[in-house]
Amino acid sequence: MSEVTFDDELDARGLNCPMPLVKARKQIGSLDPGQVLKVVSTDRGSIKDFQGWAKIAANIELLAQETEAEDDQDLFLHYVKRVN
Amino acid sequence: MTVSEVDQPPQTTDDAQALAARCLALEERLDRLEAAQPEDKVAIVVFSGDLDKVLASFVIATGAAALGQEVSMFFTFWGLSVLKKQRKLEGKNLFEKMMATMSPSSSKQLPVSQMNYFGIGAKMLRKMMADKNVASLEEMIEMSQEMGVKMLACEMSRDVMGISEEELISGLEPAGVAAFLGESLRSRTNLFI
Repeated sequence: MSEVTFDDELDARGLNCPMPLVKARKQIGSLDPGQVLKVVSTDRGSIKDFQGWAKIAANIELLAQETEAEDDQDLFLHYVKRVN
Repeated sequence: MTVSEVDQPPQTTDDAQALAARCLALEERLDRLEAAQPEDKVAIVVFSGDLDKVLASFVIATGAAALGQEVSMFFTFWGLSVLKKQRKLEGKNLFEKMMATMSPSSSKQLPVSQMNYFGIGAKMLRKMMADKNVASLEEMIEMSQEMGVKMLACEMSRDVMGISEEELISGLEPAGVAAFLGESLRSRTNLFI
């Protein structure tokens, strides 16, 4: 389990590219600067996608990424902090 | 002027004036360079009316918008079919009627670029995408508009093909080549699909 604390969570299980990113972007807009959004995805591509997002956007920071096994599938967890 | 000369404090008023003038000239040059810098923008020409190619352009558009980029899509020729909501034959001449009858009547009728087999291929791809929980083209169009993706419809090709404005979805901006270039010249990424 992760040590990262978060303020809000987005369940993006079952969603495919580009939906995890699109939904995360929408939801992080409702957070205050400094707050953290946890995104749970089943899309393997989301690992690189969230890294790309953090590289391009100045207003977010990718705190951590984890892979967790759930039943018969892998879950990809992303902790995104809204910087401003 | 060598580096050591620049490091030296100005000896005379002439030196100081020359330095001030040089600073001013450099500042102007910097302003010009900054104004010509590309911005965080993506410009996409959607020329194709093939479902697969159009899907690719909308995945890029929504992805780029999610990354905080300003996105404009310029729909021209076969790409205009993507924006159709209905087919209206009234008011069209013979050629326009033929064109309209043989073109898709809405985004739902778009063929795939390979293995279309009179629309069976497109239906199959849509089913496979739905099974894998990928957003449909119509959902992506709606999402793009929600996210502020600018959609420009080429006025010239719309006119040539005899497509009336009532046949197209709302929220479009009529545009010409200069309107597109205005966006694309300032964009970091330009795509022609």
